[in-house]
Amino acid sequence: MSVLVNKDSKIIVQGFTGTEGTFHATQMIEYGSQVVGGVTPGKGGSSHLDRPVFNTVSEAVTATGANVSIIFVPPAFAADAIMEATDAGIQLIVCITEGIPVQDMVKAKNFMAGKNSRLIGPNCPGVITAGECKVGIMPGMIFIPGKVGIVSKSGTLTYEAADQLAKAGLGVTTAIGIGGDPIIGTTTKEAVELLMNDPQTEAIVMIGEIGGSMEAEAAQWIKANGTKPVVGFIAGQTAPPGRRMGHAGAIVGGADDTAAAKMKIMDECGIHVVQSPADIGRKMAEVLK
Amino acid sequence: MNLHEYQAKELLKKYNVPVQEGIACNTPGEAEEAYRQIHTQYSSKFAVVKAQIHAGGRGKGKIRGTEQRGVAVGKNAEAVKEIAQNILGGTLVTIQTGEAGKVVNKVLVAQDVYYEGPNPIKEFYLSILLDRAKGQNVIMYSTEGGMDIEEVAHNTPEKIFKEWVHPGGLLQGFQARKIAFNLGLSGEAFKNCVKFVTNLYNAYVGLDCAMLEINPLFKTSDEKIIAVDCKMNIDDNALTRHADVASLRDISEEDPTEVEAGKYNLNFVKLDGNVGCMVNGAGLAMATMDMIKLSGGEPANFLDVGGSANAQTVEAGFRIILKDPKVKAILINIFGGIVRCDRVAQGVIDAYKNMGNIEVPIIVRLQGTNAAEAKQLIDESGLKVQSAIMLSEAADLVNKAVTAA
Repeated sequence: MSVLVNKDSKIIVQGFTGTEGTFHATQMIEYGSQVVGGVTPGKGGSSHLDRPVFNTVSEAVTATGANVSIIFVPPAFAADAIMEATDAGIQLIVCITEGIPVQDMVKAKNFMAGKNSRLIGPNCPGVITAGECKVGIMPGMIFIPGKVGIVSKSGTLTYEAADQLAKAGLGVTTAIGIGGDPIIGTTTKEAVELLMNDPQTEAIVMIGEIGGSMEAEAAQWIKANGTKPVVGFIAGQTAPPGRRMGHAGAIVGGADDTAAAKMKIMDECGIHVVQSPADIGRKMAEVLK
Repeated sequence: MNLHEYQAKELLKKYNVPVQEGIACNTPGEAEEAYRQIHTQYSSKFAVVKAQIHAGGRGKGKIRGTEQRGVAVGKNAEAVKEIAQNILGGTLVTIQTGEAGKVVNKVLVAQDVYYEGPNPIKEFYLSILLDRAKGQNVIMYSTEGGMDIEEVAHNTPEKIFKEWVHPGGLLQGFQARKIAFNLGLSGEAFKNCVKFVTNLYNAYVGLDCAMLEINPLFKTSDEKIIAVDCKMNIDDNALTRHADVASLRDISEEDPTEVEAGKYNLNFVKLDGNVGCMVNGAGLAMATMDMIKLSGGEPANFLDVGGSANAQTVEAGFRIILKDPKVKAILINIFGGIVRCDRVAQGVIDAYKNMGNIEVPIIVRLQGTNAAEAKQLIDESGLKVQSAIMLSEAADLVNKAVTAA
């Protein structure tokens, strides 16, 4: 068991023939992910990385039975790519693209409402089920199969957590990088809920950042419905208010979205909060003892 | 990207949003001439001289070393010239600029809109921004204009109204009317307000604003609705499709070090501490800053080198961090994924040798792809660089460096 992606996931790559798409599709194929083709408008009918290229997502779905899409389309066209994948009935859309204008995401999110597609990202490292399937840009070898699920807003912090879990002998089931933008498809709470319901996942690492209220909502949900231990960390305890710290969503707006405020709520909801990012693996080992 | 008041008002006019008219001036002479024009064109008795900086609180702020406020009324050409003389080139210190203040390079000489007439004047507040939780734009407004809105929200939250706009369309007529009614308007002012709000929302979407604030939103004594002040922030990610707006960027308002970092695609924010850091990824960068603090130091900066940490970017990063004499140590924290650690290590060594005179201790923590090879490269380089693989080891090294310094 695992969540979102597994060895049977049939993946297409939107922006397949571009530099990023080519590089990461190659890495995904090497990891063992079932990449069944790709989409680049205008290059339909050709072949790339020994796989068919289509003009539209719906053609790709009809021809390959794809149920997962990963998007490497440039920012100005990425929201359109998300809507196209949704329209074609893709179940899981993973958008890696960074720098999509916020108003474009307002439209895309509205387009998806009531439809059957789930969006992960944008501006995220993707999703990986350790040892089975990688739909993203993370270094595959640090995700050792095991029993802990990861939910994270940040890419490199996800790698950090996976690495510490591996060194602690625990390993990972599925890691979900939800992305650091102001508007994202799958929230912290939704990702935590998926992992809570996964029989193979015994515990969850939840990594957040300053800005927004998603971690607080997830914490409240965990308090009411949680059945597994959660170790949590919020990056940005030293970030000054009002400054954007790299991610478009990482900006302290008010008293409620500081790292300290979020950590306090998480602690009150029974989450094992660590103050230092160096303690994630050690804390999880202690909790699962 | 932030815009100046005078720039934002020009953009609003393109969307038929009425504003307090004015002329941007670089010299006292221009200000004097601007007064004459405004006096004739708008039969404005007075003129308001407004310092143009990227910060609020200008009306209460003062030019350093003087009693001159950042916004002042001039009753004739000579007075306007004198005020402009006092403000231009001075450093305006407001509650938002902090002690450092901001140098004023331009003033806006604007018409007087507080003239007498048949009805009382009124000041309101209105802003448009993204509600992240709902994924919708929200119009936030209040009858309490002209003052600090955070104070209003805190003391009298019932006086703040919110109107969410459906993401599938623009602001609907009933919503614009609701806003005008809630502001207590009727007759001509009501009609003008409905038009104002509708056009303002179109400007917000059309210009890809991240935030648009009108404070005060003003009702004149003859029932016009106009924007007296405007704070506009444009979504950086959308600037590629607004070349005209992008060209309005005023680099003199930004931290010069941050501007330089931008040239190397480094995402840099200056902070006040003693330990510099260079990290790949925004989340890990923030987490590294937190770890520096827990180790007894204070982060001197946020620096995300992104996915392309090589000799050139590392060297640029070193130079930028070392401009700050308070920096007593530098921590490089790279989690190599697609980026190979041995390449980053070579980059650090090359940059170190190129610069030749780095005197603060450097701690390098490289983890991930080829981490062991990277550590070996650093350890055998003969440079005064300490290496670590685990994050906890790096934390201990920072602690030692801070204690020794």
